[in-house]
Amino acid sequence: MTAIGEIAPAFGLPDTLGKQHGPAHAPATVLVFTCNHCPYALAWHDRMLAVARDYADRGVQVLAINPNDATRKPKDSIEHMRHRVEAGELGDVPYLRDETQSVARSYGAQTTPDVFVLDSAGVLRYRGALDADYSDPAQNAAWLRSALDAMLDGRTPDPAQTPPVGCSIKWRDA
Amino acid sequence: MRVELLFWDGCPSYPRACAELEAAMAALGLDPAAIVVTEVQTDEAAHAAGFIGSPTIRIDGEDVQPTPEPAGLTCRVYRLRDGRFSPTPDPADLHDALSQAMKGPDNDRNRRDRTSLRTP
Repeated sequence: MTAIGEIAPAFGLPDTLGKQHGPAHAPATVLVFTCNHCPYALAWHDRMLAVARDYADRGVQVLAINPNDATRKPKDSIEHMRHRVEAGELGDVPYLRDETQSVARSYGAQTTPDVFVLDSAGVLRYRGALDADYSDPAQNAAWLRSALDAMLDGRTPDPAQTPPVGCSIKWRDA
Repeated sequence: MRVELLFWDGCPSYPRACAELEAAMAALGLDPAAIVVTEVQTDEAAHAAGFIGSPTIRIDGEDVQPTPEPAGLTCRVYRLRDGRFSPTPDPADLHDALSQAMKGPDNDRNRRDRTSLRTP
């Protein structure tokens, strides 16, 4: 599990077309552990896409990662991920498959969604929810945006950590 | 009228669903203490109860937002009236379902008939 201020694990994961992605030393990299079946992930989804659009011209990289065991949640299969991508539901955000769940485990991800923001050196600077209320679109991913604004201005995010809220990650049986 | 709230502890939506159901009942003069709460703890119990996700709310045995999902321990996806996704039903749907049930068995039967028409 990665703590705030620690170097986050490097990784490479395939998107729905098999292309590898990972943190690329962008000014900030946003990792969103998410999925297809969870109402919390779906409720916050458009706000994640809006962040990706709004911060793209400042070089912020956003990666969506689905770590759920598809044998437990068939809607989280690569086929369903591909269908969403082809339907345009991910916008320009790569949708990555963490089939072995090793990335989710190494970051200590707990829920979908669960957000981790890395700086250009790969240090974890923010972890938690996008904002305080999945049911209120006006929140507009305020916590995540605040963290990004701080990092891009050379400041420390405050808060640097909030409780992730959502569905528990569906781990493979041991 | 029998109002049931079934939930799975692995999904964090239960407190909000319970609060919104209690508020809807109170607004209609019904006793929120009458809600029959059931925790579903295993996949076997989910299948036995026809539990398709947490929370599930039934009024006189009918789901407030019927949907053809398989039974199992999961968080349930609802659609609010404005089209947004939500872990809990639209409070207006709760209000309407309770109001309909309060009108009596004839109206309740009509509600079932409409539901069956929507589900081939």
